[in-house]
Amino acid sequence: MSIDETIRQVLADHGRLAIPVETLADDTDLFGAGMTSHASVNVMLALEDAFDFEFTESMLKKSTFESISSIRDGVAQMTEV
Amino acid sequence: MTATAEGTTPIVIRTPAGQVAARMAAVADAVAGPAAVSVDAEARFPSETIEALAAEGLLSALVPAEFGGAGATLAEVSQGLVSLGKRCASSAMVLAMHHIQVACLVRHGRTDTLRDFLRELVDDQLLLASATTEVGTGGDVGSSVCALVVEVDGFRVEKQAPVISYASNADAILVTTRRSADSPASDQVLVLCRPPGLELEQVGEWNTLGFRGTCSTGFFLRATGPLGAVLDDPYGEISRETMLPFAHLVWSSLWLGIATDAVDQARRFVQAEARKKPGTLPPAALRLAEVTSVLQQFTDMVRSAVARFEEFQDDPDRLTSVGFGVGMNSLKVSASTLVVDVVRECMLICGLASYRLDSPFSLGRHLRDAMGASLMVNNDRILAHNAQMLLAQRSE
Repeated sequence: MSIDETIRQVLADHGRLAIPVETLADDTDLFGAGMTSHASVNVMLALEDAFDFEFTESMLKKSTFESISSIRDGVAQMTEV
Repeated sequence: MTATAEGTTPIVIRTPAGQVAARMAAVADAVAGPAAVSVDAEARFPSETIEALAAEGLLSALVPAEFGGAGATLAEVSQGLVSLGKRCASSAMVLAMHHIQVACLVRHGRTDTLRDFLRELVDDQLLLASATTEVGTGGDVGSSVCALVVEVDGFRVEKQAPVISYASNADAILVTTRRSADSPASDQVLVLCRPPGLELEQVGEWNTLGFRGTCSTGFFLRATGPLGAVLDDPYGEISRETMLPFAHLVWSSLWLGIATDAVDQARRFVQAEARKKPGTLPPAALRLAEVTSVLQQFTDMVRSAVARFEEFQDDPDRLTSVGFGVGMNSLKVSASTLVVDVVRECMLICGLASYRLDSPFSLGRHLRDAMGASLMVNNDRILAHNAQMLLAQRSE
């Protein structure tokens, strides 16, 4: 699976979104799409498992998880080292 | 506020920042204290106290100077709430809840309608209430059933609120609702509702063990208003950056007031005992020393939490960080637990004199009010939030 596919799979499994993941654009506001802050924690944990890294404290803010593109940026930042 | 028969209460004095805490303490001693017994006994709104605060411009203490308010710091208001909490916890709770709403408006409302309203709040000392809980959400204020209906000339909303504290005495209410009929439950906005576009139908009574003066009955709320009355930022953001931390800080401040007064009373009791037999340490003196150290922890905990919020208040990334959220939730749980611990210790010190309802050392109201602290937003719910957030906590 590509990085994007993995992110979408994680969102489908744990995002508890009100709309199907396939309909999400890269910049759709995930919180606007119904993701609660509780769900965002599960998304974070599942991303860490899928990509085998740990987000640093500074990355754990709402803006990291607000869209597929911001998650992709976050994953890239955490895995590039 | 406009609850007086003559109409709007005129501001007699505009208390400047720097004097806010002292003036709140003066109102606490002169007005709130003497009225506390009847407010509690009759479970009535503390009108005289809120009017006295309004007369000194203290309802707009947190409104920035550019809108005519005092522009006071949270630290000042927190200190004033400790003083008010010592004399009448119900009055302090009403004022605390009002200030939470003011802070949300100041920090998250930027439309012309809301800016004009802030100026009006200053001029007429308007009192704000809050309607966040709703029938059908299982107590989760992060989701709404009701939805904003947007029409050509404004919005319409209907909400079944199990609790709106002092709604009948408030001049306006901030209401959470879904952004639109198509929005998921968690996509919420905060909207300012006020007469003449506001109708309230009371449901049930408020006959509780403590905080009886907050008159927190249920209401069926119907409101219409201009679209400019919707706060600019999403409710989730308002909640995390302002409403939640602010609520826990001001509530903890007034709970500290309850605890402080109980310890003052215990100290007077021990000193009275000591006067009867100079040279002999009264049996409860050691326990007084012990509870005084707990009160010091409590005081320092509230002060440092206030300082942390003030340090972070303009930095949304830090306000929404896991560490800060967990810290503010922990403050609520700790403060609401400590207030009961302290009052109970003081009852052991004063003995039957504190158990009697007709003694100058009675701690009945303190205990009843203190017990409410862990129930209003139940500590179990808050700990469950923290348990979830701690899965995402990293060492800094």
